[in-house]
Amino acid sequence: MELEYQGIMVWVEQRDGIAKPVSWQLIGQARRLAEKIGAEVFALVQGHQVEHLAQEAIYYGADRAYLVDHPVLKDYRTQPYSVSTLEVIRQVKPEIVLIGATYQGRDLAGAIATHLPTGLTADTTMLDVEPNPSRLLLASRPAFSEKLMATILCKKYKPQMATARPGIFEALPRDESRTGQILRVPFDMKEEEIATKVLQFYQDEERVNLEDAQVIVAGGRGIGGPEGFAVLKELADLLGGVVGASRPCVEQGWIKNTHQVGQTGKTVRPKLYIAVGISGAVQHTIGMTGSDVIVAINKDPNAPIFNVAHYGIVGDWQQVVPELIRVIKAGKPAVAGAGGAAK
Amino acid sequence: MHIVVCVKQVPDSREIRIDAKTGTLIREGVPSIMNPYDLHGVEAALELREKYGGRVTVITMGPPMAEKVLKQAISLGADDAVLVTDRRFGGADTLATAYTLSEAIKKAAATWGPVDLVIAGKQTIDGDTGQVGPGIACRLGLEQLTYVERIVAVEGRRIRVERHLEDGLEVVETNLPALVTVLQEMNTVRRASLPGMLAGARYKPIVWTVQDFPDIDVSKIGLKGSPTIVARSWVPEVRKVNTTYVDSAAALWEALWKTDLPERLGWTAAEGE
Repeated sequence: MELEYQGIMVWVEQRDGIAKPVSWQLIGQARRLAEKIGAEVFALVQGHQVEHLAQEAIYYGADRAYLVDHPVLKDYRTQPYSVSTLEVIRQVKPEIVLIGATYQGRDLAGAIATHLPTGLTADTTMLDVEPNPSRLLLASRPAFSEKLMATILCKKYKPQMATARPGIFEALPRDESRTGQILRVPFDMKEEEIATKVLQFYQDEERVNLEDAQVIVAGGRGIGGPEGFAVLKELADLLGGVVGASRPCVEQGWIKNTHQVGQTGKTVRPKLYIAVGISGAVQHTIGMTGSDVIVAINKDPNAPIFNVAHYGIVGDWQQVVPELIRVIKAGKPAVAGAGGAAK
Repeated sequence: MHIVVCVKQVPDSREIRIDAKTGTLIREGVPSIMNPYDLHGVEAALELREKYGGRVTVITMGPPMAEKVLKQAISLGADDAVLVTDRRFGGADTLATAYTLSEAIKKAAATWGPVDLVIAGKQTIDGDTGQVGPGIACRLGLEQLTYVERIVAVEGRRIRVERHLEDGLEVVETNLPALVTVLQEMNTVRRASLPGMLAGARYKPIVWTVQDFPDIDVSKIGLKGSPTIVARSWVPEVRKVNTTYVDSAAALWEALWKTDLPERLGWTAAEGE
């Protein structure tokens, strides 16, 4: 039987023609779900002069990219973006729509779910589908300060919609041999019809791209003050990484909130995460346990951070970190007997 | 200027504990508070009224005990406060909640005059969705400005705000009537004055039930009007890992070199000295 709603659509968020990584992460996840139910993956690319992103979406795993390219879509604004998204959804009739749970993504998702109307699950961290014939989206998300996980279903309405946290799902490797169709969707709206004007955008000068970082050296209350972050920065620079922080440090004003990892900060999944002086409250660990290798340095042997750490050093960070910097600068150590098992 | 602030009474999530066996919330003894973001919304409305004149109406949907947050809003200086309550409104997800609140805002407009601005917190701390604000804007055909850190100015029928996004600050302007959702950074919430506290304590909120909305579509409210359902909930497992303890930075570095990290991160051994 031909299904009325078919396929999984992913919104590709961009600024100035550069896609947000969550877009490719969700195409990756959509691909995984699509394999289970034999569906196609669609990308929705909106913006001005963003055709290259439609091609990128295919390299990242989309079967088809719908491209709405129009001057009024240059900056994200709720009205033109939601109108054009609705047009595409009504035309394509996907059974699932996934949007990154960024500020703009949540702004858009809330508007279009109301217009359609359909159910929308916010801020998911697990996405699965029931096999045929139900094809129900199992959208799971943390609740009550991450103390509980809940799976939310939308049984009677289509499409089933969810926003998903950046940094949780893994993008597929970009593959230029992947082929797919790019479909231009005509769109007509005049600038005079849009009340909202974006007057200015100030990029945060101190840009910390925690979500994309391969290595993060993060500090917690235990580092004692803003000076500590200078030492962590040196280590992070040596490893080609960036500096993260737990919430207490941000609240103390030791470092800007753009560095914050955890429940009210960013969810990260670097290849290496070094937690320095971080006790490991669940509000923090929820944001970093997706890291491939976690190292904890803490003077308290009972700190919960060791429960999630692959490597631990119980000791004073003020000795350990400078020593580590020295060792790294000295180069790869001679392989001796000691050391841990590979992950 | 008529400003409506939507607020919600929420359990203080910092105080919530979970029964690990049943995977359910232990609600006893958990204090109920006004959603912190909404409190900043009330403050923002009061500051706008001080600057531009007008009135501030606060609306909440919830059980009768939610009148506590309305009294709090009155104690801070709100003009009127409405409790939208009815068993039939219960069990609402964000779609049904936004519908009910948008009907209440229409009624507030009919009662106290056209609404120029609706303010809500960026999200609640119990639901964390941030979807109700956009839902209301959509239903009422309001311009929508989410995640606002600062209201710069209201000039004539235009409002200018700063939205704080992940990668920077956006200055945006739109027409009134509009809906704004606010961040905590927006302001510092005032403390209630003594007369304010007395006014709040004495205040009897205006109560609207389903019957007070003759035109409401009951298929769109409460549980019935909610497309999403919670299928199950569970306590997330803490990832168990075997920690390898090392006693020095040198040993750590050596251990890391034995993993696949050097290859995946492209580390190259420095030339020996």
